[in-house]
Amino acid sequence: MRRLLPHPLLTVSLVILWLLLVNQLSAGHLVLGALLGWLIPFATSSFWPERIRIRHPLTLLRFLGVFVIDIVRGSVHVAYLILRGPARLRPVFVAVPLALRSELAISLLANTISLTPGTVSALLSADKRTLVVHTIDTGDAAALVAEIKQRYETPLKKIFEQED
Amino acid sequence: MIDILLSLLILTGAIFTFIGSLGLARLRDFYTRLHGPTKATTLGVGCLLIASALYFSVREEGVSLHEVLVTLFLFITAPVSAHLLAKAALHLKLRSLAPTPPDGDGPAD
Repeated sequence: MRRLLPHPLLTVSLVILWLLLVNQLSAGHLVLGALLGWLIPFATSSFWPERIRIRHPLTLLRFLGVFVIDIVRGSVHVAYLILRGPARLRPVFVAVPLALRSELAISLLANTISLTPGTVSALLSADKRTLVVHTIDTGDAAALVAEIKQRYETPLKKIFEQED
Repeated sequence: MIDILLSLLILTGAIFTFIGSLGLARLRDFYTRLHGPTKATTLGVGCLLIASALYFSVREEGVSLHEVLVTLFLFITAPVSAHLLAKAALHLKLRSLAPTPPDGDGPAD
């Protein structure tokens, strides 16, 4: 089973992706999508050294909710900052110490940080323990680090890394 | 009713995209400028895509979900390019308004 279907989640995502690409739901495309979803994981297996498991789907949903809210909130805030004028910005580089260990979780955290307006992940240290984040305006760097850790890192750790 | 909703979405999207571009022109160093356009894509393009999905679902046969894919690919690629731009800038030691991080070990991969 494991040899035949190394990444079930990837397979399911690929089938959905294929159906969205052709923009229609028919038996033929379902079969074609399933075939692609089965074959592509083998072709790309070197990108996926370990099997991905989602341990807390509800936490993942809540994380996505927080993420969408933060995008809207942050966009409005950054728009206000740009309109107010660049002279009063207080850009800072902050170093976020990482509790995450898996590469997937770290890259998801970095992507989340870059997608939420106001912050861009700029550099991952060589030992993968610290993520340097550039923020466009903050008065309190420590509070920002705490917020990133609490809002994004904690749920990601729970979803991808927690042993239960 | 749907027309009003669509116009609102398109206007919101356009405004955010515009402010993003304005940021690109007005902000003063490379790192803060990076925030303008990457942010415009998230909410600005997001609004436009929702409007597009709504329009084609209402006006034509069936549901149009192409836009979900555009969003997905945008959300996968935008942060990666932003990250690489920022990393390259740090590597080249571009002028920065914020004190650059003390990285003794150099950029990682």
